[in-house]
Amino acid sequence: MFKQALSICKKDFYSEIRTRYAVNALLMFIIVVISVIKFSLGEEKLSAEMNAGLIWIIIFFAASNGLSRVFVSEEERGTSLILKLSTDSKSVFLGKLIFNTVLTFAINFFIILLYVLITNLEIKNLALFSLTTALGNLGLSAVMTIIAAIISKASSKGTLYPVLSFPLLLPLMLASISATWLSIEGVAFAQIAGEIQMIASYTIVVVTASFLLFDLIWND
Amino acid sequence: MSESQSNIKLQAVNLTKKFDRRVIFEAVNFELGRGSSIAITGRNGSGKSTLIKIIARLLAQSSGELDFFDGDRKLRTEQFYKYIGFVSPYLNLYDEFTGFENLKIISDIRSSGHGNIDNVLQRVGLYSRRNDLVKIYSSGMKQRLKIAFSILHDPDVLLLDEPTSNLDLEGVGVVDDIADEYRKNRILVIATNDAHEKSLCAGELNLNRDV
Repeated sequence: MFKQALSICKKDFYSEIRTRYAVNALLMFIIVVISVIKFSLGEEKLSAEMNAGLIWIIIFFAASNGLSRVFVSEEERGTSLILKLSTDSKSVFLGKLIFNTVLTFAINFFIILLYVLITNLEIKNLALFSLTTALGNLGLSAVMTIIAAIISKASSKGTLYPVLSFPLLLPLMLASISATWLSIEGVAFAQIAGEIQMIASYTIVVVTASFLLFDLIWND
Repeated sequence: MSESQSNIKLQAVNLTKKFDRRVIFEAVNFELGRGSSIAITGRNGSGKSTLIKIIARLLAQSSGELDFFDGDRKLRTEQFYKYIGFVSPYLNLYDEFTGFENLKIISDIRSSGHGNIDNVLQRVGLYSRRNDLVKIYSSGMKQRLKIAFSILHDPDVLLLDEPTSNLDLEGVGVVDDIADEYRKNRILVIATNDAHEKSLCAGELNLNRDV
């Protein structure tokens, strides 16, 4: 299953290089949003809590813009039948999940780098900040991938994606914002262990439930 | 194409499909074994393409049973794709890749190796154009590539929905050759209203009257 999933991920990667369906839209979105934030703030310094909230808002909307394409483009172009006739549903989901996770990590790295450079944000506990955002990214890509599979069958995909994913992501977002805020302020690991546990548990539950449900969505 | 060693059997019992409350077809029964072929015919909207999609497990039936057997062993539903080759107007290959790359990607996803790619491309007459992007292929060339996709993994059951559409005479000849082999050694199902395509099969399932 893993080998087949990697082949699907590789296919999506090369497809993205040739078509740039997701990357161009994502880069433009990120640059525009961070520029707007910079122009709005001027020289004003935000609190750690505000910075954490803004970072995760950008991440959420960037993910809403780009991560649905793994399934939507297959359905719109009629190529999903190729995958259905070539492998089992679990390999498809795993392949798409790996691709979306790698894409999420790449775009979030770019978002955070650009945000830190433009707003001169000082992160006092970089290791904990990295751990928090990495775990949050995993949970985010897991939710966004299964929601992408669901909305790819619908007619109003663009509207449904953020609307469906927001309530599902709310617990993850709240825990991630809280952990990111505290890591920016430089707290020790013990003080955000609860949030870290919550994010990790949430991700495990979502990935497990997605693997169980995906067959029903894919073969609908 | 190598001769199949497996003993695949396809059995449909009381297959019925409804979209909402509208019955498309009901109580369809057939049994196909090695060396069987059947043409699914019927007027527009009678459910030919729907039935062939159900056989390919791309669509679920509303009621009834559809089982694949290898000898006496019933195959698991999620493994059917290994035994099926499928061509349909609804099926599209990846426009951003070349013909060769498409088949290589599909072979990788199936973990079936690249050994048969050149062979099937030559067979469908696309070998000289294998490095062209699919987006610049004509509709006939795309149809040939779909046929190459369907036989790439040497399946036991070949399901063809209007297989000669968009094809020139030479392309029709390619379909005839492939259909002839499947009719003799494996299982062939063609959904069609075309008299020539119908003649490629030994039997007929008319959805206007056989339901």
